[in-house]
Amino acid sequence: MVTLLLKRLLGLLLTLLVASALIFFVLDLLPGDPARFILGVNATPETVAALRTQMGLDAPPLARFLTWLFGMVRGDFGLSYTQRAPVAALIAERLWVSLPLTLFAMLLSVVVGLPIGILAARHQGRATDTALMTLAQLAIAIPNFWFGMLLVLLFAITWKLLPPGGFIPWGENFWAAARALVLPGIALALPQAAILARVMRTALVDVQTMDFIRTARAKGMTRGQAVWRHGVRNALLPVLTILGLQFAFLVAGAVIVENVFYLPGLGRLIFTAIGERDLVLVRGAVIVLVVGVTATMFLVDIAYALVDPRLRSRGAQ
Amino acid sequence: MSNALRRAALALVMIGFTAASALGQNTEVRIGLVLEPPALDPTANTAAAVDEVTYGNIFEGLTRIDQTGAVQPALATSWTISPDNLTYTFTLAGNVAFHDGTSFDAEDVKFTFDRILAPQSTNAQKALYQVIASVVVADPQTVTFTLTRPNGDFLFNLGRGDAVIVAPESAADNATRPVGTGPFRFVQWDKGSRVVLEQNPNYWGQAVQLTRATFVFISDPSTAIAAMLSGDLDGFVNFPGPEALDIFKSNPQFRIVEGSTEGETILAINNRKPPFDDLRVRQAIAHAINRDELIDAAYGYGTPIGSHFAPHHPYYLDLTGTYPYDVQRAKTLLAEAGMPEGFSATLKLPPTPYARRGGQILASQLAAIGIRVEQINVEWAQWITDVFTNKDFDLTVISHVEPFDIGIYANPDYYFGYTDPDFQTIMSELNATTDETARKALAQQAQKRLADQAVNGFLYELAQVGVWNSKLEGYWQNQPIEGAVLTELHWVP
Repeated sequence: MVTLLLKRLLGLLLTLLVASALIFFVLDLLPGDPARFILGVNATPETVAALRTQMGLDAPPLARFLTWLFGMVRGDFGLSYTQRAPVAALIAERLWVSLPLTLFAMLLSVVVGLPIGILAARHQGRATDTALMTLAQLAIAIPNFWFGMLLVLLFAITWKLLPPGGFIPWGENFWAAARALVLPGIALALPQAAILARVMRTALVDVQTMDFIRTARAKGMTRGQAVWRHGVRNALLPVLTILGLQFAFLVAGAVIVENVFYLPGLGRLIFTAIGERDLVLVRGAVIVLVVGVTATMFLVDIAYALVDPRLRSRGAQ
Repeated sequence: MSNALRRAALALVMIGFTAASALGQNTEVRIGLVLEPPALDPTANTAAAVDEVTYGNIFEGLTRIDQTGAVQPALATSWTISPDNLTYTFTLAGNVAFHDGTSFDAEDVKFTFDRILAPQSTNAQKALYQVIASVVVADPQTVTFTLTRPNGDFLFNLGRGDAVIVAPESAADNATRPVGTGPFRFVQWDKGSRVVLEQNPNYWGQAVQLTRATFVFISDPSTAIAAMLSGDLDGFVNFPGPEALDIFKSNPQFRIVEGSTEGETILAINNRKPPFDDLRVRQAIAHAINRDELIDAAYGYGTPIGSHFAPHHPYYLDLTGTYPYDVQRAKTLLAEAGMPEGFSATLKLPPTPYARRGGQILASQLAAIGIRVEQINVEWAQWITDVFTNKDFDLTVISHVEPFDIGIYANPDYYFGYTDPDFQTIMSELNATTDETARKALAQQAQKRLADQAVNGFLYELAQVGVWNSKLEGYWQNQPIEGAVLTELHWVP
């Protein structure tokens, strides 16, 4: 178990290093001078040069990369070009929206998706199964921004139950903040729940034909007991894989959903920062996402080992 | 007895009513803006969104620009100009305090302009103020500016967002915590979401009626519609989707307000590059342009222009008839220029709808006279580097949003590369003239020269379409300067 952990940890660090180099140099190649962008078309060349110096854009790329990398190790993500505020603080602000939103969407997709998958598997081949899986297929096909707009139309404009978007800081009004995340959370969760339901169903249907289920039935368990005690746990492996991958999808989907609901999340931060050529901010935010996704993968690997004892022993070999 | 009781009861009820209506009177607004400002210091960032939040609300200058584009007194309540037009003496308003409690006097004015003109200054419009030779504090209430040469636009330029007065105690933090002298003071900025302002109780001028104003940033048209329809917003300064305005037209709860901006939308031509250095080619392009078709594509919002000048300006001269839409004439001109078969060119298009949508229409209009245009979509930052800085382009579509910016044509290094000594003479005369009648004549001469020379394809003046709750009054219809000034905004029953 410890070896497995160390191996995975090393892989994680290596991924981060490669990712940060990639992010830095690819963004460096983007056309457009950040200083000129801030000052606009009427600024004199001297003014632009003065700002470039202030932003530290004069140094060669490699030196700037190393400064940035070692700065991040110390927790210093640099100063945003356009906002003139520490990048770390700007990102932290946004995480207060993005993290709860992503977690809420994940929770929702698990709570809704898994029971539907189990229900469909138990009624395999019958009308319930067909109906549920058709609905799931539909939910996967619906773009989440469109679904989000539909939710706004119903819940915000017609029924006036929930706000159409925007966000009030948690500290100012906790319930208002929570309410603001309900519709975007549902919009984000819908396709993920549908995917989970399908994966859960397939996995469970596969497991039902396994020998150990037959053995359990032979021991006198009902079909339901056998599936519940032995089937679900085994079927969870592929579901866990999907769940880990979904984290990355949720983060990507959040960019669009945050725009629909004008939420001040990390996705919208990156979106505007790219347009403004605030490269320091883009890099910092993308690195945070990379850390988030790789860390999730790492946790999924660990969770695998916990669910499946075979992986534990294999890691120890 | 019973009469007295009844009267007392009536009085009580009436007091109750008055109190209720006083309490019920809404004094807060939530206003939508398309773009979030990257920072809140208008003296260090050119983005229009900075001025929209801060100009006239948080910060004030010595002068201010009103709704019609005229210069009005602000922190300078009056001024005298020396006969040679080189010395301006300003009398400043008394009892003015910055939002942090520090007092405002002539030293703050001097500090503001020293900061703009300093070598390490990052003021986007520094060039406009380099005409200032010195700023001298006579007494706390009086400050004298000496110019190196007469400058007809000087008072207007003092009213720009770039020249708002800041205090030495707070200037460094204005990007995140703006401190000005305006009728609203900054409360908080939830990045990515909103900026909250509240009434400044110690305002030196006439108090505003709103107690609280929140700017909410929404760039997606359908989201903006939802926010307006659900009542989350009370107004939208420049609505992002003109195609969606029909939803509000039939609804009595909303009012659509079409106004003019300072945005001359042009098909900019690289004048230094053949074949565009040939007047006949530029004339052919001018004849090929059908402005009505372009304005239709902008959902009918926009006023045709025939030169680089805003139609609502008092100096405006209608020159749209200089080269009317005439495909045959255009083809003849191209043939005379030695290109009867036409030629190929590139058209770089920044990401705004007027450029992308307009670019497609222009491409087909130019194709009709044999100019085969390759459309290249670019981002803003790329446009500024490629087109504006490196002048690497043939044609581009762009809206010039600076007020009174005809002077850019006198700069041969400007991106469209127009070198014309005659025009430069007109402009330097205009800059040195302060007499209104003479200025008007010169400005019209300048407009005519640009139209005749067909320097660029002059398309239309960009419109601004606001959507407001019909119970709100006091918003600006036109945009003579970048800003969303809330000083007169109020609810009516």
